[in-house]
Amino acid sequence: MAASRGHAACKARQRTGEAGSAASAWQDAGVTARRAWLLGTGVAVLSGCAVFADPPQGVALASTAPAGLPPRTELRSVPFFPQTPYHCGPAALATVLVHAGIAATPEQLAEAVFLPTREGALQVEMLAASRRFGALAVPLPPQLTALFAEVAAGHAVVLLQNLGLAWIPRWHYAVLVGYDLVAREVLLRSGTTEREVMGFVLFERTWARGAQWAFVALPPGGLPVSANEVDAVQAAIAFERVAAPAQAQRAYDSVVARWPGNALAGLGQGNARFAGGDVAGAAEAFERVARQHDNAAAWHNLGLARWRLGQAEAARKAAERALARALDAEPAWREAAEALWRQVQP
Amino acid sequence: MSNRTQRTLATLVAMSLSFAGLAQAAPLSVATPALIGTEQAAAAQPGRALLEQTLARADVIAGLQARGVSVEAARARVAALTDSEAAHVAAQIDQAPAAGSDVLGIIFTIFIVLLITDILGFTKVFPFTRSIR
Repeated sequence: MAASRGHAACKARQRTGEAGSAASAWQDAGVTARRAWLLGTGVAVLSGCAVFADPPQGVALASTAPAGLPPRTELRSVPFFPQTPYHCGPAALATVLVHAGIAATPEQLAEAVFLPTREGALQVEMLAASRRFGALAVPLPPQLTALFAEVAAGHAVVLLQNLGLAWIPRWHYAVLVGYDLVAREVLLRSGTTEREVMGFVLFERTWARGAQWAFVALPPGGLPVSANEVDAVQAAIAFERVAAPAQAQRAYDSVVARWPGNALAGLGQGNARFAGGDVAGAAEAFERVARQHDNAAAWHNLGLARWRLGQAEAARKAAERALARALDAEPAWREAAEALWRQVQP
Repeated sequence: MSNRTQRTLATLVAMSLSFAGLAQAAPLSVATPALIGTEQAAAAQPGRALLEQTLARADVIAGLQARGVSVEAARARVAALTDSEAAHVAAQIDQAPAAGSDVLGIIFTIFIVLLITDILGFTKVFPFTRSIR
């Protein structure tokens, strides 16, 4: 016993003798840090999850609250639909739709999203079902601040969590209805719990394990405050597929109002107006996009709208420009442009 | 009707439908050229990929049915998907997360974790496990 203690002490002395006591302390700290790191890596590998390596956003949020974000918010008026087994998807969807003023029940939504043998609902179908019930569903950027900004703007957020580990996933949809930057907590309508309080770190880990997926569903005309341009445009295009023309028009109007330079949104605005019978309004929208972006699809649709309006000469000009663009740079629209060109010849 | 027959039927129907669609889009009947749709413009794909897309949608309908969804519900659900979403579901219907967690699932998770830690010799919760150490 004494010998072994002497041995250890000897080693320590040797090291002190070599590099001095300050260096030794440094080295010991280094060893401890490396051990902690190894342990951390072990945990990360075990859980197959990168969250341990990245500093959680929640930590940064607590030290520097983003400008314009109230320190705490809770949307108390968001309804609660306790889930039945495996039906967290329909329950979460009903929660946000009813909050947005759209009549829907978890039973109706189960028809639209539930996959019986998988005992759950796919993300894509959550978005599609929102559209079928008349809401524009826009995915959010993968940041906690984006989620909180939505809640502060009065929007309840549907999000995907993996409550298990990456290798034993327990997928779950919940609805974010509040946060507290000071207490570092979020508030959820989740499963059978009406007001679940969860710490930032745990929430962020479970959310990150679901690849930080979240969306806001609003009646057309409304847009999530934090959505990016591409996601909002894609959402409007998908919405146009199932919505009545007047509803699709409202969705495109809101997207064009926020991103006036987006060619697809402008084209969609024209298409929705055309489908709703407002051909003159459609021509106006197509012309704006055509002049701004000089793209074949917009010239083509402008030519067709003018032709419908009986403006033959103007229609020919647009058709010629569409054909020229298609031949020059956009071969995908050659057939369509040629067909229109033939149509508008005197 | 067996799954296979159903699939063959769906494929046949899809093919005849898309041929009908292609015929309409062909230059011979261009009496009324149609608007270029927003979704088409976003994908920068005119009618060319129509057959492929119709087949992908038929696939998804069959896939949803095989997973317990009724025919009418499956059709309505697929109609609400964009082409890229339909392709995604067709490819990922069994891999994509399907969330429906419940408490039993979490208990099962804990059971598995403890089972593994038991086997690795970190814990001894269950009488029937024997540590590998």
